[in-house]
Amino acid sequence: MRTYGITTRLGLDGQVRQYGESGPAVVYFHGVSGLFAEEPFLEHLADSGYTVHAPQWPGYGEEPTEDRLMDMQDFALHGWDVVDAIGAHTGDKPHVMGLDFGAMIAAEMACLAPRDLSKLVLIGPLGLWLDAHPIADLFATLPYEFPRLLFADADLGTSLMTGGFNFEDPKAIEAFMISNSRRLGTAGKVLFPIPNRRLSKRLYRLCAPTLLAWGAEDRFIAPQHFAPAWKTLVPHATVVEIPEAGHLVTLERPKQLAVQVAAFLDH
Amino acid sequence: MRFCWFNLMPWPDLPDNFREESNSVWVDIPQKYFDPRRANAVYHEYMDQLEFADACGFDGIGVNEHHQNGYGIMPSPNLIAAGLARRTSRAAICVIGNSIALYNPPIRVAEEFAMLDVISGGRLVAGFPVGTPMDTNFCYGQIPALTRDKYLEAHELIMRAWHEDEPFAFDGKYNQLRYVNCWPKPIQRPNPPIYVPGGGSVETWDFCLDNDYNYSYLSFSGYKAGKMLMDGYWNRVAERGKDLSPYRASFAQVICTAESDAQAEELYSEHILYFYNRCLHVDPRFADPPGYRTIKTIKAGALSQLRESRQKAFAELTWKNLVEGGYVIAGGPDTVRERMEDMIKGLRIGMVFGLFQMGDMPDWKVRINTQLFAEKVMPQLRNMWPEYAGDDRWWIHPMEDRVQPEATFAERLRQERP
Repeated sequence: MRTYGITTRLGLDGQVRQYGESGPAVVYFHGVSGLFAEEPFLEHLADSGYTVHAPQWPGYGEEPTEDRLMDMQDFALHGWDVVDAIGAHTGDKPHVMGLDFGAMIAAEMACLAPRDLSKLVLIGPLGLWLDAHPIADLFATLPYEFPRLLFADADLGTSLMTGGFNFEDPKAIEAFMISNSRRLGTAGKVLFPIPNRRLSKRLYRLCAPTLLAWGAEDRFIAPQHFAPAWKTLVPHATVVEIPEAGHLVTLERPKQLAVQVAAFLDH
Repeated sequence: MRFCWFNLMPWPDLPDNFREESNSVWVDIPQKYFDPRRANAVYHEYMDQLEFADACGFDGIGVNEHHQNGYGIMPSPNLIAAGLARRTSRAAICVIGNSIALYNPPIRVAEEFAMLDVISGGRLVAGFPVGTPMDTNFCYGQIPALTRDKYLEAHELIMRAWHEDEPFAFDGKYNQLRYVNCWPKPIQRPNPPIYVPGGGSVETWDFCLDNDYNYSYLSFSGYKAGKMLMDGYWNRVAERGKDLSPYRASFAQVICTAESDAQAEELYSEHILYFYNRCLHVDPRFADPPGYRTIKTIKAGALSQLRESRQKAFAELTWKNLVEGGYVIAGGPDTVRERMEDMIKGLRIGMVFGLFQMGDMPDWKVRINTQLFAEKVMPQLRNMWPEYAGDDRWWIHPMEDRVQPEATFAERLRQERP
């Protein structure tokens, strides 16, 4: 893995992690929780013969909130600007992939420019709202509640998410609040108060082969309700569920997910 | 020194086991506790008390805006203020305030405040809160990270609507209006005095100083806990090279006046504990949505007073803690006066928003508290800032010959009698 800097045409600076040196380009847009120190799913995918570029959303690092990104259109265009800056579609068209919030934007990007990508992979995507199955309010979730929401195995989740973080320590709480404020403050621009920016009106434009991947035990965006809803709007999509994994399947069952994603991209 | 009699308008019938039975007093408060037929009397009682405070000689009578809130049944303070404008003709009507980011478009605030100022004969004090996360984000769905930006734009629109004499187009990020033409305009020109209630965001200090607005620190933790924050504010005033007039700042304080210290406890403690134990039972999930507070404010340690740890503290408070900790200024007139002096000098404030009705306090006690304070305490505190005696920059300038509707009404009744 290496990290490199980019500057988009708009003039936004950002960091991109690259996993793998050769093979077709995959641009991975991270989810609400940001990029974790270790991203084993991206490593496995690189090992399967892909070059994975994982840019960080503006506002997720140490930089101040990016005022130029206000709404979904700004985020989706920024996504394509990032793809340009990475140089990922100078040769073959890149594959575009995202997790929850990143998947929501990736889908929006694919609706904007459906012929500019090769394949689309949406992992536990946000973006649809079902009145009968309201998803948990991330903005009213206390720090210690996240692991149970996001992992099938909450204890494993706690250690994966926090790396030994102690919720009793006021300094640690402050540090968490600052980073959480950065992450959810930014993501809130397209997720608050209801993560629905009318993507459903535009999904008819999708023509790239699409994979919808879920942790089978996702308690945040339950696949038993949301996979059929996506499938109705994107009939050509393939759905896979990874057993014994919650929402953050990228951390909980990275190898199994990578196998499924690589099989879809290879095909 | 000025005194505003403030009514939060709490719902008085939350049960003893409210904390155990309910998730939160705010946002998702259970509907079963609200009884509209009972509320008929409650609203009138609270409005009567505000009118009584006017009659007792308070400089201002105050109302505010909260949504889906068990300690404030006043989602529209302008409705209450309109009633007060018809039934009083002396005190300032302090609407502290309208959450301007929530009005769509915010020109509505310019219009309604102008109406209130005109009907009251130029007695409006206009409050522009950024708004709490509970009201603004969770009840009214505004995006946390954009709330302050939207607020600033709403402020710009309202002030231009009041100040400009020709229709203008407003092309904002959140509001696009082709013809802005505020009609009616306020009596007080260029605008009524502006008060910005804050809970501790450092950005709000600079906003007040940029515009020379009054900064009103609204806390339920009292003057001792407020000292550090107000010192921070005054340091900022000095850094910015502004004069240190105490009328730049106000503070909200719970006040309980009786004939003696012992009587104060006897009369008021159960109602004050009702407020701290039940009314501040806010689910911490709703207190701090990520993005609402800036990183600068989080780093300054000015976190929400409704965080879980503080909540717990509120629930365990006793009357003794509350009085000794300065949450509540309570006692006989001499005690109250001494404590008030400490507060006024300590925080360097020219205006107090006095909370005399708290929790489920019955009307007769509210009136004792109000009248004793007005007669035996307030006169002693009038001259706290002799060197700033003439400073009315943050006060109302009513019409001399304004209509006195409540007097007119009484006169007409007399004439109509056979």
